[in-house]
Amino acid sequence: MPDTLMNRENMQALAKRVLAMSTADETRVNISSDASGNTRFAAGDITTSGDTDNTVISITSTVDGRRASTTTNLIDDASLKRAVDTALRLAKLSPRDPELVPELGPQQYRDVSASNSDVSSLNATARAHAVEQLISAARSPGGAMPIDPASLFVAGFLEANGTASGVATSKGLFAYHASTDVSLSCTARTPDGTGSGYASSGGRSWTSIDPSALGRRAAQKALASRNPVAIEPGRYTVILEPRAVADFIPGLVGSLNARSADEGRSAFSRKGGGTKIGEKIVDERVTLLSDPFDPDLLGQPFDADGLPLKRVVWIENGVLKNLAYSRFWAQKQGVEPTGGGGGGFGRNPAGLKLTGGSKSVDQLVAETQRGVLVTHFFYIRSLDQRTVLLTGLTRDGTFLIENGKISKSIKNFRWNDSPLLSLARLADIGKPEPIEAGLVMPALKINDFTFSSLSDAV
Amino acid sequence: MTSRRDFLRTTALGAVAVAGTAHAARAESLLRKSNDSGDPMANELALAAIQAAKDAGASYSDARVGRYRRQFVAAREHQITGVSDSESFGIGVRAVVNGAWGFAATRDVSRAGAVRVAQEAVQVARAARSVQRTPVVLAPTPAVTGTWRTPVQQDPIDIAIEDKVALLLAANEAALKVPGVRFANSGLALLREEKTLATTDGTLVTQTFIRVGPSFTVTAIGDGDFQSYTEELAPRGSGWEYVTSLDMPGNAPKWAALAAEKLTARSVEVGRYDLILDPTNLWLTIHESIGHPTELDRARGYEANYAGTSFVAPPEKMMGKLKYGSRLMNIQADRVQNDSLSRCAWDDEGVAAESWMLIKDGIFHDYQTVRDQAPAIASLNGVNHSHGCSFADSWDSVQFQRMPNVSLLPGERDSTIDDIIADTDRGIVIKNRGSWSIDQQRYNFQFSGQVFYEVRKGKITGMLKDVAYQARTPDFWGSMDMIGGKRSYWLGGTFSDGKGQPGQSSSVSHGCVPARFRQVNIINTARSV
Repeated sequence: MPDTLMNRENMQALAKRVLAMSTADETRVNISSDASGNTRFAAGDITTSGDTDNTVISITSTVDGRRASTTTNLIDDASLKRAVDTALRLAKLSPRDPELVPELGPQQYRDVSASNSDVSSLNATARAHAVEQLISAARSPGGAMPIDPASLFVAGFLEANGTASGVATSKGLFAYHASTDVSLSCTARTPDGTGSGYASSGGRSWTSIDPSALGRRAAQKALASRNPVAIEPGRYTVILEPRAVADFIPGLVGSLNARSADEGRSAFSRKGGGTKIGEKIVDERVTLLSDPFDPDLLGQPFDADGLPLKRVVWIENGVLKNLAYSRFWAQKQGVEPTGGGGGGFGRNPAGLKLTGGSKSVDQLVAETQRGVLVTHFFYIRSLDQRTVLLTGLTRDGTFLIENGKISKSIKNFRWNDSPLLSLARLADIGKPEPIEAGLVMPALKINDFTFSSLSDAV
Repeated sequence: MTSRRDFLRTTALGAVAVAGTAHAARAESLLRKSNDSGDPMANELALAAIQAAKDAGASYSDARVGRYRRQFVAAREHQITGVSDSESFGIGVRAVVNGAWGFAATRDVSRAGAVRVAQEAVQVARAARSVQRTPVVLAPTPAVTGTWRTPVQQDPIDIAIEDKVALLLAANEAALKVPGVRFANSGLALLREEKTLATTDGTLVTQTFIRVGPSFTVTAIGDGDFQSYTEELAPRGSGWEYVTSLDMPGNAPKWAALAAEKLTARSVEVGRYDLILDPTNLWLTIHESIGHPTELDRARGYEANYAGTSFVAPPEKMMGKLKYGSRLMNIQADRVQNDSLSRCAWDDEGVAAESWMLIKDGIFHDYQTVRDQAPAIASLNGVNHSHGCSFADSWDSVQFQRMPNVSLLPGERDSTIDDIIADTDRGIVIKNRGSWSIDQQRYNFQFSGQVFYEVRKGKITGMLKDVAYQARTPDFWGSMDMIGGKRSYWLGGTFSDGKGQPGQSSSVSHGCVPARFRQVNIINTARSV
C-alpha cells in the first residue's frame, strides 16, 4: 500500500491552516489520511488488486448556536478556504440547534501504539505471494482426501490499511492517532457445489496472520461439509465459532444507546420510564466492553469530537452497566459521556471485546451431547428492535454434533433469534479470539437457538 | 446538453473561488460542471493516465476522473440534526498487463499524480502474474466520445439550504400533531456525480449523474410498546422537482397515523396466506431474489467469499432452461429507464446503456455482464458484447459488475392492487420495505414490511403487525398468479446496494406492479423479553 500517511506534525500544521481560515464562533477540523492496498482472488486467480490513498478533511462550523459541516479531499489553500466558507454559510442558514454542545478545549490523551510497519509494507507483490501460499495450502490441506483438492474453488480477500486520524478545534484541542489493520479471508468450495468452507483472520499486525493455515482450514471445512443432510428446523443447542459470534453480538451493542432507552424505544427501556442500567439482563458469565488501551483491541483513544475515550463496560457479569451517552445526552442526564458519538454504537473506535473462558471450540464440541456447530453467519438484519430480534443464515460449514463429536454436515438454516435473549440462554463460553482489528470474541454455546427454516444454499 | 442556466451556475461557482496555485486552479476546474465536450482538465488527466499505463506496458487501460458532491440534511422532531456538504475528487486507473488486472487511485489530481497511479496500476498488475492462470479477455466495445447528464429541472445541490431545512421541519411538525406520535425523523441525501472515462480503446466520455433520496420515519409510543413507520420514498435519478412532488409536509399526518395505528394492530397468526405485495414492498424482493442471482460474476463464483454465489449456475444448465417462476414473470434489465438510479449513457467501461430480458415468461434467459465476463457466455447467448453493468462507487474503487435496473414488467390486463384484493379470499397485503435477508445463493429469503392488512373475502378487514414472509425463490415466483397492469407500475430503489471486497455501494432502481403469491409462509416476529 502507498506510504503516504500524514504524520502528527503535518496533520497539526494542516489543521492549524484550516482553523486560521475560519471566522466562525467555533470550528472543528477532522482529518483522515488513508492508504490502502487490497488483493481479491477467485477461481485460483487474482481478480482485482489495487492501491489507493486519500486524505479527507471535515470542517464543522458553529455560529450563533447553529452548526454545519463540509468535507473535502482537496487540501490546497483555495479549496480549503472554499470548504471553510461553505461550512460557515451552511451554518448561518441552518436553524439554531437546541442540542448544541460547545466544542472541546485541550484534552489529555494516552497514546495507543496501533501501527505496524509489516502492514504498511504489504505491497502488491507481497500480497500476491500470500495469496499464492493460501491457495496452495487450500489445495493440499492434509488428511484424508475424498476428492482431488486441486479441484477446489478458492476465493478470498486480503486488505491492508493504514489510517492517520486527527481532530482539532478552535479552542486548542488537538488529537492524533495512527493505526494499521489487515485482514485475510477465504472461501473454499468443492467442484460439485455441495461443500463450502470459510476461514478468516485479522488484526493490527500482519505477522499474526498465517495464510497457509487459513487456506487449509477453509479447505478442510469445504471437504467436511460436502453433501449436507437436512435436519428439521427448530430449537437447538448451538456452538457459534468466534467469527459467528462476531457477526451476531454487534447487533446487540447497536441497541446500547442511552437516549433511545430513555425515550422508551429500545430493548433497554424500563417499563414505566428510564433505562435498565443496573439490571441483570443476561447470563452472569457475560462481560462486554470497549477499551482503546486493551492490548487485544488497540483502539483509537478519542472520538470524532476529540473526547478522550476510556474503558467502558457495557455489560458486567450479566448486569447492564452502561449505555452509550453522547455529550448532549450525558449533560442532560447528569452523567459522564461515553463518547463514540453516542448516536448508536456501530463501529466504536475504542473497539469491542466479549470476555470469556478458556475452552477451545473443540472442547465445547466434546462436551455437547447434541447440537449444531456454526462457522459463520450471513445477511443479518433486524426484525424487531423491542427485543433486538434479528434474522440471518448459517454459512460455509454447518455441522451436527452428536455425543461430543461432529457427526455430519447439515444444510444451512435461517434463524430468528436475539443476541440479548441468546446471552440469557448461555450454556458455555469459549476463549476470546481476535477476529479483526478492534474486535475480540469467544465461541459461545447457546441453548434453544431458533432455526426457523432450511436453506438450500451452500 | 448544457443549458444557459447551467452556464450561469458554473460561472457563479467559479466567481466565489479564490485564485490560487496551479493545483487549485485544476481543482476548481474539476468542480465545474461538464459542458458538451466534457471537462478539458479531466479529459487531459484521464488521457495522460492511460497513455502512461500504455507506456509502462499495459495492453489495456482505463482511467476515471470522479468528482462527487453530496449533501445531507437531517431533522428530528423540531430540530435539524445535521447539515453537511461533501466533495471528493480523484482519479482511478485500471490496467491489464499479461492478462492480469491492476488498479491504483489517488486524490492527487495533478498530471504527475495521474501518471504515478497509472504506473502503479501497471506494477500491481505485474505482481498478480505469479498467481494468474486465466488471462483477462475483454468483450469488444466500440470507441465512443460524448457527454450525458441526468435530465432534471432543478439540480438538488443548487437548491437553497433554507428550503431543504424548511421542508423537513414542516414534515416533522405535521407528523408530531398526530396523537401518540412522539418522534419524527426526516432527511435528504442529494448527489451530483461527474465522471470522465478514457480508455485505450479510444473512448472518452463525461457524464453527470443527479440523484435524490428523501427519507421519513415516525415512531409512536404506547403502553410498554413502540411502533415505527417508514414511508417508502423511493430514491431516484431525478431533480429537486421529484422531492417537492412527494409533498412530505402534506402527507406526513397520514404516514404518522399509520405508526399510531400499528400500536393497536392485531399480531398476525402464523400460517400460509395468499400474499399481495404492493410495489413499495415487491421491488426489494425482486432486487434480492432476481437481481443478485442473475449477476454473472456471482454465478461464476467471484463473490463466493463475500456476497455469495447464485443458484442460477452453471450458465450452460440455466440459460433458456431454468423455470424461475410463473408465466406471468417477465423481468427486464436496463440502464435506460427515466428517473431510474442506474440510468446512464455509458457504463464505467464505456459500454452503451441498453435494455435486455433476464427472464421471459418465467424462464431464465440471460445474465448481467461486464466486459471481462461476457465472453464466458457468448457461445450460449450469442451476445458478443457486455450488457454494460460496470460501475465503481468512487474514483478510488475499482469498477466491477453491478446491478442495472431490474424490473417486473406489467401484465397484459390493466388491473390494480384493488382488483387483486377483490379477487382474494384470505390474504395479507404488505406495503413498504421492512426487514430483508436472503441466503448467499439466493434461495431462502425472509422479508417484512411497514404496514400489513388482512384480506378476507375480497376486502381489507384490518391492520396486522409482526408480519414477515419466508419463501424459497423459485417456489415463490412460481406461485405468482396475478399481477397488476401498466398503470400500477412503480419505481422503487436504493442508494445502498452492497457488494464486493472492499465493499462498494451502488444505486439501483426496480420497477414493478403489485402481484399476488399463493400460500406463502407467514411468521410472527414478536418475542417477549
